[in-house]
Order: sequence, then structure tokens, then C-alpha cells
Amino acid sequence: MNKSNNNVQASLFITCIIDNFYPEVGESTAKVLDYFDVKLDLPENQTCCGQPAFNSGYWNESKKLAKKFIKDFQNSNYIVIPSGSCTSMIKVFYKELLHDEKNYTEKINSISSKTFEFSDFLVNIMGINDLSSYTEKSDNQEEDLITYHESCHLRRELNIKNEPRQLISSISNIKLIEMNQSEVCCGFGGTFAIKYPEISSEMLKDKILNIKSSHSNLVTSCDSSCLMQISGGLKKQNEKIKTTHISEIIYKRLKSKIE
Amino acid sequence: MKPSSEHFNKTVKDTLNNPTIQKNLSGLYNGFHKARIEASNSTENWESLQELGKKIKDHTISNLDYYLEQVHSNVTKNGGQVFFSKDSKSATKYILDLAKKNKVKNVIKGKSMISEEMGLNDSLQKEEIETIETDLGEYIIQMADETPFHIIAPAIHKSKEDISELFEKNLSMPKSDNPEVLAKEARNQLREKFIQADMGITGANFVAADTGTLILVSNEGNGRMCTSMPKIHIAIMGMEKIVPSIEDLSVFLPLLIRSATGQMISSYITEINGPRRNEEIDGPDEFHLIIMDNGRSKLLQNKDLRESLNCLRCGACLNACPVYRKIGGHSYGWVYSGPIGAIVSPVLTNISDAKDLPFASSLCGACKEACPVKINIPRMLLHLRKEISEGNSKKISISSLFEKIMFKFSTILLLNPKFFRTATKLLSIIQKPFLKNGVFEWLPAPLKSWTKYRTLPAIQDIPFHKRWVSIFKNSNNND
Repeated sequence: MNKSNNNVQASLFITCIIDNFYPEVGESTAKVLDYFDVKLDLPENQTCCGQPAFNSGYWNESKKLAKKFIKDFQNSNYIVIPSGSCTSMIKVFYKELLHDEKNYTEKINSISSKTFEFSDFLVNIMGINDLSSYTEKSDNQEEDLITYHESCHLRRELNIKNEPRQLISSISNIKLIEMNQSEVCCGFGGTFAIKYPEISSEMLKDKILNIKSSHSNLVTSCDSSCLMQISGGLKKQNEKIKTTHISEIIYKRLKSKIE
Repeated sequence: MKPSSEHFNKTVKDTLNNPTIQKNLSGLYNGFHKARIEASNSTENWESLQELGKKIKDHTISNLDYYLEQVHSNVTKNGGQVFFSKDSKSATKYILDLAKKNKVKNVIKGKSMISEEMGLNDSLQKEEIETIETDLGEYIIQMADETPFHIIAPAIHKSKEDISELFEKNLSMPKSDNPEVLAKEARNQLREKFIQADMGITGANFVAADTGTLILVSNEGNGRMCTSMPKIHIAIMGMEKIVPSIEDLSVFLPLLIRSATGQMISSYITEINGPRRNEEIDGPDEFHLIIMDNGRSKLLQNKDLRESLNCLRCGACLNACPVYRKIGGHSYGWVYSGPIGAIVSPVLTNISDAKDLPFASSLCGACKEACPVKINIPRMLLHLRKEISEGNSKKISISSLFEKIMFKFSTILLLNPKFFRTATKLLSIIQKPFLKNGVFEWLPAPLKSWTKYRTLPAIQDIPFHKRWVSIFKNSNNND
């Protein structure tokens, strides 16, 4: 699979949403990492990090899933996740969730220190912060104008603000257009979107207005769950603007690799 | 008034459908919110002020008994009288007794959220004591017979047309769309009230333990009038408002003021050290400080929620919150609204009636990012959610029972990858007849509320873990 002599080895956690709803995001994540010679594996028992249960107050259920995750990934060097939200769950909230569990302090510290969101991993672990020499322009010029939605957990739990922007804007021919209020929540919030649909959809309306007034043709983000909310709203409103995960834009534009 | 699901759902709906309120709420982003960011960016050592502020607050709250005693002793030394009050009932009684003893007829009030907790105005007016709010925003909502919509801007939901109508009706002035004309009339009316008043009641922004000084921050100067013109001044404070030293104000004044309004400094900062001294011309004869618990010890005892007592009541989390900017202050059903209100209101009132508050949040963390003392509000919301979902509430609804079963069931599946994958495979087949252009446009409850406003993607035929093996064969031919 990977013939590189690079020593970076990483396990993919592909998240339950991506595995089932957006498998193509998983594919592009894997292919981009492979392109940069990361030695990948996919721990086969992985399912869910436990965040939905945690956020809804069912900590006992969430704990079981967290312990399962820790076990599934205990031998990984790095864990790369194409989601800021699931990464935060593992990196930040496992500590809160499992604080009273005996013998878990060390395990949590270890898992937390080796878990990275996809763009964070590319920029800060792989040292790739300029994609211009790896990418080429696409045939579809409509996809050259891109706006970026900052996902909440990525920004506020992981403090990742510039990395995705740096990656996107360095892709050949792409123009990153900053929308207004890019950092404001799209209204997803997991079960919040179902429990309080009126509030959530009003937040979504604002997000869509800001996307539209950026005059870009494509919205990207590091979280497929935000994009599920945004694209769902765009489609309901019959808007032509498309959504795409950051790994997909990068993968689409990568030059073929010459070795 | 106390929070309830009924009130919450109704008020949310009303607020979302009120274009004036929506316009004013969305203005908070470019107004207070951006002003706060600019002010903090132009404060050179903002981060270290925040750190220091948090440290001092953590320390004070952990040693509250010590500092409460110090406040008591120093305020008394300054000639003031201190009353520790367990709840709003005993504090109200103290104030009414004092009013009766001194034959008080007219009370003027500075802005005080804790007096809203007590419903003090009603209690005074029942005793036929005229009680007038003197902060312009409070003056307006008192006239409208409403509660504060926002911690620092109580009448932010009112348009100038609304205010003009209120003034026309209550002050018999001609309508005006000029805010200056309206403010001038309020000022004229209030001037008389200040002169007549025989008791002034204020809140407290801070009380410094080492000097026994009460600190009030205001922009209108009304606070200073309330503390200096009437014969009696009563200040009411929540027991968490203490700072150890007057010197700590160099940390807290910039944090509070810049986070609240984005001003570098407010128009007035008043420091009160007891009643008028013999050699002084102005000031009250009596100064009373009421230190109130009113449920705060419940927050103090709960190690996961204690941090909420660090709050400076600047309102920055409200302005930053995308949920507050939609549902406004009245939806929260009690004095404190927004993210911090979603923590303290359920605890200070009744958690099982206020259970919407911790859940009506997307957990986006904008509050945490805005807080001058870095209070981790989302973390506390999560703890309250746990308490509600796992608690033995008697009032368990069918929908929450269904949710509980769903989470227990899905966890069993997720713990067994084979089961989970079989289940999603089955769903991917069952879903087929309901799909339109590859997405769901309508689904029954509980997902109905999703598809009302968005489409839902279909579960894909071949999930990622099935594609994994073949990925690199197809794509990396060059390898």
C-alpha cells in the first residue's frame, strides 16, 4: 500500500457519520494522507467516539464507548480524524467523562496527545502548510471560489483557526473567500438540531445568508456534521451552492504522484 | 416568574416571530460583541488580565467564608450595617422593616439583577412605597411591566418607537423618534424622583474585602445619585461579588467594562465607603449592605458548577451566543439569561422545571471564548445535562424516555461493530423507497424536526470501512 520510507504511522478514525453518510470523505482523507506518505491503518473495530451520548447527558453509555475507543486505538502512533468535533471529544472531553475512572488518567493523556484533526495533523505534524506545489488547477473552475465555515469544536476546543485556511488558500487556483461570521455556529449541535429545530434552523438561515453573500460556489469545513446541516439547508432552499469536506478539495487537486 | 418548558417553548416562538426583537438581537453581533473584541484586542495584556482575574476569583470563591467575615468587619468599621440573608424572603423583610421604621415613601433604585431575583419592586409597591428604577433601560422595562431582557442592556429588545409609545402613554409626552428627546424626558422625570426619594437601593459590581468598599460601575450616573441623595442607602449583593482587595479592581474593572460594552472605561465608577461622615456634606445617614445567598451555596457546594460563581455579570456571553441572539432574554424565564443564565437559573430555581435551558445550546463554545474570566460554560452545561438525563426526575416525559431507550440501545450496537454494521446495512436497504434524489425530504418523528428544515443524506450502500481495502489499489497506480 505505501512504499514510502517516511516513518510517520497513523491510524484513521473515520467517525460514524463519515463511515455511513459520507464514505467519500473517508476515502479522500485516506488518499491525501497516503499521498504524503503517511503509513495508514484502520483499526477494524472502530465505531463511535461516544460524543452524542455524552452531549445528551448519558455519560454511562458514553463511558463504555470511550473505553472501547481507547482500547481500539491503544497501539496507534497517531490517530487522525477528519472531524474537529470527534477529535475534541477524545482530546478534551474524555478527561471530563472518565475523570473518576481508576487507572484511566495515563491512558487518557496518552490517547489525547496522539489524536489530531486532519488539517492540524497535515500542518503541525507533517509540516505541510503550503499545498501549491502539490496541487494543480481543476477542470471545474466553478469550484475555484470557496468559502470556509469554521466548526465550533475545532476553533474553540482545539484552537485550530488558521491551519485549514492556510491549506485551502495554498491550493492552486483556489480563492478562499471569507464569509461574514464564519466562526458563528451553523446550528447543528447534534441532538440540539432535533430537539430545538426552530432555533437551530434560524441559526442555519443566518449561516446560509452569509454563505450566499460571500458569492462562492462551494462551502468547505473540517466537519461533515456541520456540512450535513448546511447542505441539508441549502438543498431544502433549492440553492445551487455545494458543500465539501476539506479533504475532498485537497484530494481532487493533488497532482499525480511521480516517484 | 420561574423557568418552565411551557414558558420556554412559547416565548422562543414569540421571540423568533417578532421582527423588531430579531433585528435588535442580530445587532448585538456587530454592536456589543465586536466592540468587546476590539476593546480586548487593544488591551495589551488582556490574556494575562484574564488569567489573573480567573485566579483571583477561584481563590475568593474557595475562601468565601474568610472574605465574607472580612467584608462584614470592614463595612461595619466604615459605619455601615451588614445583613447576611439566606434567601430573598429574609432580605425583603429586612428592607421593608427598614422602610417602615423610617417611614419611607419613595424609593429610587439603581440597576440590580439581584433585586430582580427578589421581585423587590412588587414587594415595595404592595406596601405602597413608590419604587422607581433609575437606569434608563430598567426605567423603560418597569414602565412596560417586563423583566430585563439582557443582563446589562435590559431594554435592548425595544425599538425607539416602542419606547416612544410607552413614554406617550405613561409620561404624556408627544411621540418622538429622536432618542435624545426621549432620554431627556426620562431625565427630567427622574430628576424629581431623585430629589423626593428617602431610600436608595442599588446592587453591587464588586465589594472589596480589605477596605469594605462597595464599587458600582455605571454610564448614566444614576447609581451615584441613588447612593448619595436619599437618607438611606441599601446595597444588595450576591455573596460571590467579593474581591479580596481594592487593588484587584485594576484587574476587574477593565475586564468587566471592556467585556460588557467595549468601552475602555465606563462614565462612572463609584466607590462607597459607608455612610456620610460628620465632616462630609453629601451622602446618606445610613448605609446597609445585604449579602445574599439565595441558592448560591448550592453552586458553591457543587464542584462542577462552582466556577459559575466567578461570573462578573458583564453579559459578554449573551452577546456572543448565537442561541441568545435568536431566542432573547425572556425565553430563559428568569432573571439571568444567555449561557450563564442556563447554568445558574436551573440551580437557583428548580432544575426539573428549567431543563430546557442546558439543552437549548449547540455547545458551540462562543460563550467560553467571550468570557473575561474564562468560565468554561459548555463544560457546566454538559454536567447539568448529565444530571437531568441520569437523574430520577419524577416528571419524565415520553420523548425523554424514548431518547433514553434510543441511547441505551444504540450503545449496545456501537459496542459491537458487527451488530452496528448489520443494522446500518439493513437501514440502507429499508431507506430506499423513502429517498428522493438520494436524500430524505421527509421523515417521521423524531427526525421530522430535522427534515422540516433540511434534507437528510442517505446511508450509503458501501460504507467507508468496506471501501478501505480497495482504496489504494485504484488510486495510486503510480506507486
